[in-house]
Amino acid sequence: MRIILSNASPDPIYEQIRRQIQGHILKGELQAGDALPSIRSLAQQLQISVITTKRAYDELERDGFIETVSGKGSFVAEQNPDLLREKRMSLIENRMAEIVKESALLGLGLEELQQMLELLYKEV
Amino acid sequence: MDEILKVDGLCRSFGEFQLKDISISLPRGYIMGFIGPNGAGKTTTIKLIMNLINRDRGEVLIFGKDNIKNEKEIKQRIGFVYDENYYYDFLTLKEMKNIIAPFYRDWDEAVYQRYLKIFELPARKKIKDLSRGMKMKFSLALALSHGAELIIMDEPTSGLDPVFRSELLDILRSEIQDDNRGILFSSHITSDLERIADYICFINNGQIVFSQTCYELREKYLLVKGPLELLNETVRQFMLNVKENDFGFEGLSDQPEKIRRLLGNHALYEVPSLDQIVLYTVRRDKCVAFN
Repeated sequence: MRIILSNASPDPIYEQIRRQIQGHILKGELQAGDALPSIRSLAQQLQISVITTKRAYDELERDGFIETVSGKGSFVAEQNPDLLREKRMSLIENRMAEIVKESALLGLGLEELQQMLELLYKEV
Repeated sequence: MDEILKVDGLCRSFGEFQLKDISISLPRGYIMGFIGPNGAGKTTTIKLIMNLINRDRGEVLIFGKDNIKNEKEIKQRIGFVYDENYYYDFLTLKEMKNIIAPFYRDWDEAVYQRYLKIFELPARKKIKDLSRGMKMKFSLALALSHGAELIIMDEPTSGLDPVFRSELLDILRSEIQDDNRGILFSSHITSDLERIADYICFINNGQIVFSQTCYELREKYLLVKGPLELLNETVRQFMLNVKENDFGFEGLSDQPEKIRRLLGNHALYEVPSLDQIVLYTVRRDKCVAFN
């Protein structure tokens, strides 16, 4: 599992951790039942405070991404397939929104964008 | 919440200086950084917690027990590092250790020897011949070798180089892997605390300014920068303190939402460092300069 933290980012550290772990789960890099590092060892390795990693885990748990079994640690939760699909769709949507914004800045029209997308889609 | 240390309404006055109504709470498994300018009352508070001086009023509970009634038992379970060397200068490290170790029921010689090795401490050297950093490492080795649950350190990093400070933080991180422990340490080098401390307690003029989690602090304060035209009375109301020069202003606000709503895109916002929070707060109180 990769977690890269930026000190320069306006996002708080716990949010950066939360988003990256959530990303790993949504992309399927982490699967249901996979064990996550303990809050304390993650904090030690990332050289941040324990309470920061705890907050990230608390939020992931609240959003149903992970489960914590006391005495055993935290695990990736079983995801409802429909819900998971929806969450992944919304990830794609977010990225597309970024692309649209970037294109507008460049003055790229919808048609050109569609062409690009078509080409790329066929390549996969 | 299981608190390893709870200080409630602690007061003590010495002539002009007054420590007023100090309350601190540290849950098990966490690290609290204790910050404030010189003379703010950090060492006095720590001495009161350790019952090295008498209190006028208030209560200190360590492991849920009164720190005076259960002093002997509590101190078995505390690792304490002073800001100065209180050991006998003319003894060697080994001789000093042989005096201290028998006081502790749970002294673990193997752990002590391991720390000697990690810290590269020469057991046969006299304490007076050690550098400041070495003396600190020696106190630390003694404090960590009797299975202490609560580690209290007064300015352990002052006067030490960045390499050793970073080593110390690594040691504290590994100590806190055991979630039964707690660490309280004072420092005015706030960058040391910024990344390791779960809770930050800030004391100024003998009073607690705040005692909060590190992420709450990031949300509570906002550093605002902008052109002087923006700086009207309403804006000032939401600022703790403002610095102005010919080209613009910089200030600290403790009402981030109101300021953002008021100034919108016209100002620049940053998350302040602990140093900046301390500086702006202390200056407002017209206290001595923060060193």
